[in-house]
Amino acid sequence: MKILVTVTEIAEADDEFEIDGLSIDDRYLTYDLNEWDDYAIEEAVQVSEAGDDVEVVTATIGPERAEETIRQGLAKGADRAVRVWDDALADVDLLDSATKARLLAAVAREEEPDLILSGVQSADAAFAATGVAMAAELGYEWAAVVNQLDLDEDAGVANVHRELEGGVEELTAVELPAVFTIQTGINEPRYASLRGIRQAQSKPLDVMTPDELGVDRGESALALTSLEEPETESDATYFEGSVDETAAQLAELLHEKGVGA
Amino acid sequence: MSDVLAVTEHRQGELRDVSFEVTTAGRQLADATGGELALAVIGGDVDAYAGQLDVEGVDAVYTVAEGDEFNHDVYTQAIEALADDLDPQYVVAPHTVNGLDYAPAVAQHLAVPLVTDVIEFDASGGLAVTRELYGGKTEAGIDVEGDRAMVTIRPGEWEPAGGDGDARVEAFDADIDDDAVRSTVSGFEAVGAGDVDISEAEVLVSVGRGIEEEDNLDIIFELADALDATVSASRPIVDNEWLPQDRQVGQSGKTVTPEVYIAIGISGAVQHVAGMKGSETIVAINNDPSAPIYDIADYGIVNDLFDVVPALTEQFQ
Ligand SMILES: Cc1cc2nc3c(=O)[nH]c(=O)nc-3n(C[C@H](O)[C@H](O)[C@H](O)COP(=O)(O)OP(=O)(O)OC[C@H]3O[C@@H](n4cnc5c(N)ncnc54)[C@H](O)[C@@H]3O)c2cc1C
Ligand SMILES: Nc1ncnc2c1ncn2[C@@H]1O[C@H](COP(=O)(O)O)[C@@H](O)[C@H]1O
Repeated sequence: MKILVTVTEIAEADDEFEIDGLSIDDRYLTYDLNEWDDYAIEEAVQVSEAGDDVEVVTATIGPERAEETIRQGLAKGADRAVRVWDDALADVDLLDSATKARLLAAVAREEEPDLILSGVQSADAAFAATGVAMAAELGYEWAAVVNQLDLDEDAGVANVHRELEGGVEELTAVELPAVFTIQTGINEPRYASLRGIRQAQSKPLDVMTPDELGVDRGESALALTSLEEPETESDATYFEGSVDETAAQLAELLHEKGVGA
Repeated sequence: MSDVLAVTEHRQGELRDVSFEVTTAGRQLADATGGELALAVIGGDVDAYAGQLDVEGVDAVYTVAEGDEFNHDVYTQAIEALADDLDPQYVVAPHTVNGLDYAPAVAQHLAVPLVTDVIEFDASGGLAVTRELYGGKTEAGIDVEGDRAMVTIRPGEWEPAGGDGDARVEAFDADIDDDAVRSTVSGFEAVGAGDVDISEAEVLVSVGRGIEEEDNLDIIFELADALDATVSASRPIVDNEWLPQDRQVGQSGKTVTPEVYIAIGISGAVQHVAGMKGSETIVAINNDPSAPIYDIADYGIVNDLFDVVPALTEQFQ
């Protein structure tokens, strides 16, 4: 069995940051593995550890910088990685989910996985759409926001829980092959061991261009026109001063509200 | 092709509030395009739902009587069949868990651009939307290219539509292909019932990822003890199993409306805020002045929680 996990490197803004044109100035960005994809990798690795002959491959659309992040997946137990990129992609301000889905689906067509896991959303763009769009592109079945996954390979189905709003879960049987978008909390992602980190250095990480994958990159249908820090909607009162002074002011407020009385 | 199709949502026999929000958003788009607003209601007691959805601004309600509950293979087929028939310029859906289970597939099949989790739009000349990027720290203006689009809207951003309508209600035969229904919903399960009901608490001391380690929760419980308050949490604390599911505040946890909500080391992600924005007084303790929690907080201390929390506890001892 082969499992493909889509993995994205996300950019996180520092506490204080500056916007430069249509992006946050790179000096204020920290790059990391997307939290949801970390859970997806763990889910795939657990399946591979429980079965014989399960290969876990990760797929990423991203620049060379992302390789460090991708190696985290290899260090945690994925077998191989594929990275898709070319210079034209570097010029796009905001890749829409359809473009990402098309490129990732091209990787899937080469790999022919039985199962594809993606994250519910990327922490930075947060479209929460790429996984399901990829399923539609491939003609795979799917389920979004999965927080429990039990494979029944003989029956060709996966029994999943979809986490709905308000503490309710939907129980669904999904025919394979399928794409599942994985929700945080589904498992306990491991930390990479030193041995894993060492081994990751020698695991294959192939770089492909959209051309090589035989797909038309297409144009992102979403054009970024502005990026701003939102004007804050409330007029919060900030307590200022030393730690003890602010604590005393807050305590006074709480006393007024009858708290702790 | 100036019409707008908005997709409504229901669960376990009830229309969800967001159905009336997509109605408002859909009307706004239809006003800009000069077209009609049609609603789709798929599955369940569609006739009863259609009656409730006949509110001001709705021109037509199309009912697709197929199954009881949500099934994405039915929804995608039904919406696509409706879109083929009505030729809408825009399709609007809610950015809910079920919305994310069908909207990307529908957009892909209809070959229209998709923009999700929109908080504002302007369709006066093409479609321009506003949505957040970088975990709510920035707002982006985005032009959606092409004549048509599918949009999902963030719940709670549009006022729910109301009033009396005079919509046409039409049963629509979507000609669902059962062979293409490759997933089966077998039921629902409620999670997170426990001995503490945070939704009843008057004062909540709520802890987030800023606490860093499980052992550090001690300072939170000490504060809660001193304040005679109940401890709740954001999702990562529950995902890590440091606190049980019944303590989780937010979209997939509980909705709380205490007199005082003290958010400690919580960034204020939209899914968290969805569960606590109705609190009477919101206090935030977070060392990041740009954290979105400050957009809804009434009071704030921008500082290290490991300094502030023990100092606050001391004030009550
Ligand atoms: C479908 C779906 C459903 C979801 N449902 C929920 C839900 O029900 N509830 C929920 O909470 N989330 C939910 N989420 C997750 C949500 O998107 C966020 O990931 C989550 O709320 C973040 O939790 P947090 O604020 O604790 O962590 P973070 O976003 O990591 O924030 C931690 C904060 O702590 C601050 N901090 C760090 N160190 C310190 C310090 N020493 N002193 C003071 N402050 C410090 C940081 O500045 C930061 O603002 C859901 C997501 C999805 C996709
Ligand atoms: N650039 C990317 N490379 C690989 N996978 C991605 C990329 N962007 C998104 N994904 C996958 O799609 C999921 C949802 O992302 P999004 O639709 O952007 O919120 C992520 O959790 C990833 O698994």
